[in-house]
Amino acid sequence: MSLHNDPSQARAFTRRMFLGQSLTFASAAAVVPSFIQSSALGMPMPELGMSSIPGVNEDNILVVVQLGGGNDGLNTVVPVRHDEYYRARPTIGIARNQALELGRSSDIALHPAMEGIKALYDEGLCGLIQGTGYPNPNRSHFKSMDIWHTADTTGTGNGWIGRYLDSECCGYGKGESGAPDGSEEEIPMQPAIAIGRTAPLAMEGGSIKPIAFESADLFRWTGEEIHESLREPYTSLTSRGASDDHDDHPTASFLLKTSLDAQVSSDLIRRAVSQTPMTQFPGTPLGRQLQMVSSMIRAGLKTRVYYVSMGGFDTHAGQGNTNGSHANLLRQFSDAMRAFYSDLKRHENDTRVLSMCFSEFGRRVSQNASGGTDHGTAAPMFLFGPMVRQGIIGRHPSLTNLDNGDLKYEIDFRSVYAGILENWLSADSNEILQGRYRPLQILRKS
Amino acid sequence: MTTRISDIDFGYDQARHLLMRAGFGGTPDQIRTLADWGAEKAVEYLLEYDEVPDHDKPLPNTFDRNIMRPLSDDERRMLSNAQSRRDEDALASLRLRRQQAQRSDRRQMREMQKWWLARMISTPRPLQEKMALFWHGHFATSYRTIENSYHMYMQNQLFRQNALGSFAKLLSEIIRDPAMLAYLDNNDSRKGSPNENLARELMELFGLGEGNYSERDIKEGARALTGYSFNDDSFVFNAGNHDNGRKTILGRTGTLDGDGFVDAILRQRACAMFICRKLYSFFATEIDITARERDLPKEAARTIADMERAMRASKYQIKPAMRELLLSEHFYSDRVVREQIKSPIDLIVGSVRSLNTPVRDLSVLLDALDLMGQNIFFPPSVKGWDGGRTWINTSTLFVRQNILAYLLTGKMPQGYDALASSEQYDPMPLMDHLTVALKNAGSDPAAVTNYLLRFTLGSTTGQPESTIRAFLAEHQNHINRETVIGMLLLISARPEYQLC
Repeated sequence: MSLHNDPSQARAFTRRMFLGQSLTFASAAAVVPSFIQSSALGMPMPELGMSSIPGVNEDNILVVVQLGGGNDGLNTVVPVRHDEYYRARPTIGIARNQALELGRSSDIALHPAMEGIKALYDEGLCGLIQGTGYPNPNRSHFKSMDIWHTADTTGTGNGWIGRYLDSECCGYGKGESGAPDGSEEEIPMQPAIAIGRTAPLAMEGGSIKPIAFESADLFRWTGEEIHESLREPYTSLTSRGASDDHDDHPTASFLLKTSLDAQVSSDLIRRAVSQTPMTQFPGTPLGRQLQMVSSMIRAGLKTRVYYVSMGGFDTHAGQGNTNGSHANLLRQFSDAMRAFYSDLKRHENDTRVLSMCFSEFGRRVSQNASGGTDHGTAAPMFLFGPMVRQGIIGRHPSLTNLDNGDLKYEIDFRSVYAGILENWLSADSNEILQGRYRPLQILRKS
Repeated sequence: MTTRISDIDFGYDQARHLLMRAGFGGTPDQIRTLADWGAEKAVEYLLEYDEVPDHDKPLPNTFDRNIMRPLSDDERRMLSNAQSRRDEDALASLRLRRQQAQRSDRRQMREMQKWWLARMISTPRPLQEKMALFWHGHFATSYRTIENSYHMYMQNQLFRQNALGSFAKLLSEIIRDPAMLAYLDNNDSRKGSPNENLARELMELFGLGEGNYSERDIKEGARALTGYSFNDDSFVFNAGNHDNGRKTILGRTGTLDGDGFVDAILRQRACAMFICRKLYSFFATEIDITARERDLPKEAARTIADMERAMRASKYQIKPAMRELLLSEHFYSDRVVREQIKSPIDLIVGSVRSLNTPVRDLSVLLDALDLMGQNIFFPPSVKGWDGGRTWINTSTLFVRQNILAYLLTGKMPQGYDALASSEQYDPMPLMDHLTVALKNAGSDPAAVTNYLLRFTLGSTTGQPESTIRAFLAEHQNHINRETVIGMLLLISARPEYQLC
């Protein structure tokens, strides 16, 4: 006996396959993807303007934008009138005459790469919350990210959006069995969608599982194109919910439930994102993600929360100043947000969509020896949308009264969550955040 | 001490489980052989892989080490000359050469990914590769950041050579490993401005776990690691950059350097516990690594205690700890068997190895790994892969089903930049054992269905059986290449196929 699986196979097949390619190409190209056609006809259209539920702002949507790696808040929202800033950052500081001024009297300005967000700000679509953080800041990426995701300083438990979905019954309001129109019939529901390989912890709830995908093309089974007789048994094998077979087997139940979710959501979402956007989005990862979100909103999906993210903000070395790697990241972020709100406005959904942007921490005040910045603490958050309180919210953290070289936070991020939950999603923030945080006034006074 | 599995309780299902967890699954042939040997011999065969000849031993020159070598003195002189003369042409040509090197290095990285995947598929020493994969997730380092394929290869070889060796050695090697030093920015760390990244992860993720050290230990540890750098492919200790002042790390005081820091970690009781918990979580069932002992399931805590004891008694050897785990009765209990979710590697390598499908195109398999969230040599962060349920969401489930359809039939999944494969797969040899045992069973739909379900899912009951039987009935109960592939397509689309 040997555990040896003929090693010659591993190499031989690729070569043989290569030789076979020219033969298979013609036949592969001739195959019409019939599955797409037939199912597109077979599925009901998403219902636009679905009947409303009394007392629930079912139309309000939250989009969370995560900047992973710890965005350097001080080079994003620059304290241009503070010499301490320039002393601490001799080579990476953003010169005052380069930064984008936010009103004449303001002592802060935006990084020059953020022209898109500057435009949103000038149009009254952007609120900027200064110095957000939490007590006893953790400087580990994972721990701090978990803290932001769970809204709990131990970073354990379910995610805050997951708890919102649990407590508000998928965001459709209490007392509904799942169907927005109150009927018994189960309908496809996508209460929360994350664009990415995995759903973020923030969206993990006790009973609600978010949908996550990176690209809608990958969102179906190819096997049934192989032989027609596979279709029916496939549906029966994958679309049964958590059955009694697995009462004592939580992992298997979890898999069955996810499989069911996948089947019902596949067609709806694939059709939604295949629409051509009304605005040109930047070809960046975040641009692509926000384009998908905008299309899904436009298609009338009943999703309450979307989650998008971009990474790369862990700028320990050579982050640059007005140009360079951090500038590129900020430009990607800023241009994508601008395109997103242009597109939303063109299909008249902008007033329904509030976006919240955060990073797990800011960075140290002083630059390091590698022309970068190390993990820090408090940093600004951004809110976008025509409903947000435009302007600068809160004070910039002191650059002289530091905690071990780090900024002290001014506003607990959970007050921002509380403001969004109470005022935008009409939910009970005390229950969801498992504590009392004064809801920050984040909406413009009507 | 917990109870060990007895040979009486070690049969086909247990051997199948052992091969899946301590390797990447096996054919009915291989399962049967291990079952016949009994638990002890089977486990020893997997553990003592040094005695199995390595058909394709990785050598230092398996890959080109010079693609990303730093500039030579001559080249550096040329560069600074060009800079001072503002010779734009010379500068442009140097830049171009650099870009070309980076492109060929990315190509070599891709070749290396294929090489490792092919190795996992074909190795006669599955546990060695599985351990290398474990260490790759434990000491996670990504090519995306370091952009030097040969450094990734050196690190991969470090994991392979010490796969079941000494953890103490691994820790002391990892603070000298160019890939790790670059990944966690230690190469620029020097006295007066230490970089804390490596010091933090050495305790948080590599050696102790959250809660077993203080922020002060990190600051002092970072000082101990100053001057640990590399030049080209070799570790260098820059004495001039090293802070040799007094420091206190984890209760130890002295002019500690990197080895002193590693030693301080190894002296902590938390160290062996942490590493055994990580091994248990990877090979048995997922547990909360930082949980208090009394919050762990009782059997898990007892098995981990046995592993720790074996590890301490052998001065941090991994093999004795793994032996405890693989021979424990608990490892074969309902709490462990079929309670894990296959990692993308488990799914792909395991399916090729156990079903004996063609490999088809390694590039396609790599793309699928990436889409399923396990791009080897590119872990998402220094924390490695979270594993477990995080592998599964509605979209990775489709990728999982579709890559199996590709392996079984050659049909190209959507979204890949490649073409279908015409290689024919013959699943009929899988049936040999069935027909040997029962002469006419090979044509009996009930026997064939049960046999395949037990082999692929580890269970014969429940809804899949009736659905598969109905599918067979629709094809006049013919058992042939087409219908068996059809059955395998359906079984592999079943959510339980993701269990391991």
